[in-house]
Amino acid sequence: MQNTNTSQRKNPTHEQNKNILKEAFVKSIPILCSYLFVSMAYGIMMEEAGFHWYYSLLVSMSVYTGAFQFVFVTLLSSGASFLTIALTAFLMNSRQSFYALTFVDEFAKMGKRKLYMIHTMTDETYAVNCSLTEQGETKRGLMFFVALFSRCYWMIGAVLGGVLGQLLPFDMEGIDFCMTALFVIIFIDQWEKAQSHFPALIGLTAAVVCLLIVGPDYFLLPSLIITSAVLMLWNCRKERDQNADGIA
Amino acid sequence: MLTALHSTENTVKTMTAEVANIAAGAGNRTRYVLLAILLAAVITFALRALPFLIFHGERKMPEFLVKLGAVLPAAIMAVLIVYCLKSAITDWRTNALPQILAVLTVGISYKWKHNTLLSIVAGTAVYMILIRVL
Repeated sequence: MQNTNTSQRKNPTHEQNKNILKEAFVKSIPILCSYLFVSMAYGIMMEEAGFHWYYSLLVSMSVYTGAFQFVFVTLLSSGASFLTIALTAFLMNSRQSFYALTFVDEFAKMGKRKLYMIHTMTDETYAVNCSLTEQGETKRGLMFFVALFSRCYWMIGAVLGGVLGQLLPFDMEGIDFCMTALFVIIFIDQWEKAQSHFPALIGLTAAVVCLLIVGPDYFLLPSLIITSAVLMLWNCRKERDQNADGIA
Repeated sequence: MLTALHSTENTVKTMTAEVANIAAGAGNRTRYVLLAILLAAVITFALRALPFLIFHGERKMPEFLVKLGAVLPAAIMAVLIVYCLKSAITDWRTNALPQILAVLTVGISYKWKHNTLLSIVAGTAVYMILIRVL
């Protein structure tokens, strides 16, 4: 089985490749809608702060995160210290450490693409990766191209925003809701196939409670820490119960 | 350049010291920006790679983390939805109604048809119309 997979990866037929590309593009359409317009807003904001499109492109290419890039504009233009920048990046992006936990095994099988997959792990690509039902090399191919496309959308948007700025004749306010819609859909999918709804409910509860206590700017990290802690305890208890049942 | 720095100094009082640092090396602004970008990029990548940095080769990821990784997606999706709707949750006056109605549109249409793109288009359209009408 392992051999077939490897040979498929080395010599995939033209047809297979085309199908994976097409499927990856379809999966990435919600990300396209959201990234293109959000990163255009980012490019405009950078331009207004005095940073031309090539700076927006550089940040979008090398840092590649959503919310932090917007805060980063303010940090850069006010000349914040490296310590402030480092701490802000750490606090705003540490949630993404949790995402890798789900894909450690999958990425390990991806060879040279592994580093790229780690670099491109955003909230949105994580969500789409979680929604894939394909298996094996097909899944890994899809994951790679979804990541590649998404990063391109983000960079293209940032450059367009910087170059075109506010020349855009149409008002696209609200288009970024498509990302919320995608999260809701993936949530429903996960809910329907889950054996237990406890993980979803604990995530929901922890997030709302943290949001109300910590406020909107920094609640993601505490939410994820609490959720993970509770889920680890829950896993332990489940295992103990199963063992106890086995003995009885 | 200096006037720009002064106006920043006035608006961002807490960062006065840092702005002064930059003013001292105004010629090195490009270097500062490039170093700052590099710093942010390295930290972000390291955070994303953290589990891989800790567990590789002989050091296998412990069983409890593997199990956590398996149940996390459902929980994280809930957290991300709350993140998207944070303005509606913390303050009911800031377009909470369009967000709630649009989320309901997505949920109900998806339960009904199970068509991802249809639900995304319907929900986003409802949202974009409502924020302009309400």
